[in-house]
Amino acid sequence: MKVVVIGNGMVGQRFLEHLAKRAQDAEITVFCEEPRPAYDRVQLTSYFSGKTADDLSLAPKKFFQDSKVTLRLNDAVLSIDPQKKIVRSARYKDVPYDKLVLATGSYPFVPPVLGNDRRDCFVYRTIEDLEVISATARRSKVGVVIGGGLLGLEAAKALQDLGLETHVIEFAARLMAVQLDDSAGRLLKRKIEALGAKVHLQKATKEITDGTERRHRLVYVDGTYLETDLVLFSAGIRPRDELARAAGLAVGERGGVQIDSRCRTSNPDIYAIGECALWQGRTFGLVAPGYQMAEVTARNIIGEEVQFLGADMSTKLKLMGVDVASIGDAHGATPDALNYLFTDEAAGVYKKLVVSADRKYALGAILVGDTSDYGALLQLTLNGGPLPEHPEDLILPMRAGKAKGFGLDSLPDAALVCSCNSVSKGAICDAVKAGVTTLGALKKTTQCATSCGGCGPLAKSIIDAQLKKQGVTVTNHLCEHFQYTRQELFHLVKVGRVKTFDEVLAAHGRGRGCDICKPAVASILASCWNEMILQPKHAPLQDTNDYFLANLQKNGTYSIVPRVPGGEIMPEKLIALGAVAKKYGLYTKVTGAQRIDLFGARVEQLPLIWQDLIAAGFESGHAYGKALRTVKSCVGNTWCRYGVQDSVTMAIDIENRYRGLRAPHKIKMAVSGCTRECAEAQSKDVGVIATEKGWNLYVCGNGGMKPRHADILASDLDDQRLIRCIDRFLMFYIRTADRLQRTSTWLDNLEGGIDYVRQVVCQDSLGIGAELEADMQRHVETYECEWKRALETPEIRQRFRHFVNSDEPDPAIQFVPQRGQPIPA
Amino acid sequence: MKLCPLDAILPDTGVCALVNGRQIAIFRVNDRVYAIDNFDPFSKANVLSRGIVGDLKGELVVASPVYKQHFSLTTGRCVEDPDVRVAVHPVSVEGAYVLTALPGSHCGSEPPAP
Repeated sequence: MKVVVIGNGMVGQRFLEHLAKRAQDAEITVFCEEPRPAYDRVQLTSYFSGKTADDLSLAPKKFFQDSKVTLRLNDAVLSIDPQKKIVRSARYKDVPYDKLVLATGSYPFVPPVLGNDRRDCFVYRTIEDLEVISATARRSKVGVVIGGGLLGLEAAKALQDLGLETHVIEFAARLMAVQLDDSAGRLLKRKIEALGAKVHLQKATKEITDGTERRHRLVYVDGTYLETDLVLFSAGIRPRDELARAAGLAVGERGGVQIDSRCRTSNPDIYAIGECALWQGRTFGLVAPGYQMAEVTARNIIGEEVQFLGADMSTKLKLMGVDVASIGDAHGATPDALNYLFTDEAAGVYKKLVVSADRKYALGAILVGDTSDYGALLQLTLNGGPLPEHPEDLILPMRAGKAKGFGLDSLPDAALVCSCNSVSKGAICDAVKAGVTTLGALKKTTQCATSCGGCGPLAKSIIDAQLKKQGVTVTNHLCEHFQYTRQELFHLVKVGRVKTFDEVLAAHGRGRGCDICKPAVASILASCWNEMILQPKHAPLQDTNDYFLANLQKNGTYSIVPRVPGGEIMPEKLIALGAVAKKYGLYTKVTGAQRIDLFGARVEQLPLIWQDLIAAGFESGHAYGKALRTVKSCVGNTWCRYGVQDSVTMAIDIENRYRGLRAPHKIKMAVSGCTRECAEAQSKDVGVIATEKGWNLYVCGNGGMKPRHADILASDLDDQRLIRCIDRFLMFYIRTADRLQRTSTWLDNLEGGIDYVRQVVCQDSLGIGAELEADMQRHVETYECEWKRALETPEIRQRFRHFVNSDEPDPAIQFVPQRGQPIPA
Repeated sequence: MKLCPLDAILPDTGVCALVNGRQIAIFRVNDRVYAIDNFDPFSKANVLSRGIVGDLKGELVVASPVYKQHFSLTTGRCVEDPDVRVAVHPVSVEGAYVLTALPGSHCGSEPPAP
């Protein structure tokens, strides 16, 4: 069977995947007029905040290699001949088909404004559009978006990211007229304006002419005007039905290729899916319904009989940093529908719940400023679960000790929780029955919440409810001595300005403490107040590594890793390290983090060794601590032909800034001088990669047992902004992570994921940015070398002996030679 | 026999003393002292004196610094593996000093080789 697909957008690609999986013998040819295969158009804006075209790609090369799909890029189909069953493209004359699928998508509507074809006037649809917008933005100061709908606001975000003074012009009386009501639109406008963009409502543009201050002038129908350098049209989309029209297929009055419930057009061998399709008089401008059509079509082509039954158009998204959601019948168009409203002008929150006249069922909702109830309200609306006695409880803020009126129990097992990856409530419960207890583990086993992440909070509460049902008490209490999480304890210590373990225990704990809570509290105290960890009040809390400022090895000896910032070391210091190792008979090995590890030191030797090391100019490397370890680097543009920034200097600066910082777990960093990434920064907790314009910041990577590629947090930062972002990121992690939780697992378990981290760190959504920076500044100012202080303090130094009543070494420690070095006997 | 001044042990920590060729871990808790073998039967290293002291369900314990098993300071029993015990030794505080009688006389399994 020969299948030809016209269009390789998101929906077209999804169709290919479904068909390739189900019909291995089908010969599939796909025409794509763009120069690259399918990419994630929904995330297009993130192209400006650091994502590359590759990051956005939805069609791995491997897919076209492994499946029998022939991809014709840069080749637009020009005509269809339904009689001969062939299509003709720009480059191929007669391509025969048995089944033809139109996935041509839509085009941006450009209003018939005089001068809309002037230079610097663009639409916002493809990566190519973005490239030219981005190039133009570089020589512009002011940008205007015509259209205040969902896409228009996305585009406005892009212009802001490009550093332009941004204006949004909307013909209607409110933003997002389709999804929001007047109050919600008003609040959204206020919030967006607070973020720096200007919104102009009820303005119809008459023409675009030459500007006097800026390059162009938008003249409104009412005679007023606005000057700008760049114009983006985002006034809605129209289905691309021109091929279908020319081929004589039935199309709608206002455009769109008519399809039946099996996605067939008026010609039974031709299907239409996605934004170009018109089903029961409706087109669907969202990706989820398109995906459903893709599956329905693939299955019908192989002979199954499945139907597309319409789709829910609810949306939840972040527009210019503002959370907005619209569910079901948001405008209360259902006869006799009743509204519940909640407004908190102080916090900038608006919520509306639309219910049936008998107050039994939810019909729709609008949420602005706080969309945390989205998952629950969507489920109630879609699944028709009965409303609680007081429906208003669903949108009112939660009071302490009171649960929301929405019971997860009322949600049927079939309810789709993660629509991106089709994970139902039942599947989540099954995963929990099979041993999953955290959101992080759920993501790994089911892919739930791994795409848009919107369902994360709901998934988390389903996990917790299921665990409770199974009689598993989930507490993340630190241990039997503290009925608090690490995060709560951190808060108690910080806010209460508590300085010792005994005070913490007296105020918030019970018993004497143990080897879990003592080091955890010690770490919190160190993060908060940075007092020397071997002071008598802190020393008993320390694990042996911290107690002896060295790493315990299996035979009771310790290893020593002096700090070598950025991995840069002078020959003299390298020689000194060798001399010390030789003098004390230590085994030496180069570590993976560009340092040198000296093994086999006995407790009583540690101060003597460090006396020599400090004399040679070394300081503690904190390899023993849950602390910043090292900042690995490549040589950067100092030596490398490809380097674009001085990665070594940056690595040294960063290492010297954060050295000694204690955290829930160890922290590794790296700085690469170009995108070749020789320092492997994307496998670190904090990774910095040089760009032509500055630095890209990656976070939460990990090597080891569960490798994880770091996520990009921000891009093209200058030195100062880079440091500020790292300051905030590290302090936010230190405040909120669990004990012994690396940044990668922390992020995997964080509801809201990297977007949430970005809001907190880059947009300061919690308003704690300055506080986090001040905390870090205090750390930087109070840093001292622990080994230096230990040697200078007789009370501490005298602890370094094996026997309290003898100067003898531990006679059980013996070595044998191997390859010329000592190893444990 | 006198082992060390009480002040030589930081409260809630341990030290190791050499008694007739045997290594003894002595812990100071609430100005009382407890002694068990310094030898950790799991890691086979002389390190128990370097563990963190605390209590589990009211029982005073030290956690091995190597693989973190807990040993009772009063019975020598391993919390995670009741078949494993380390020897407990009689120690006391008199005046400002920690004293002991001969070790190994009270309790526990075969004393391991030092």
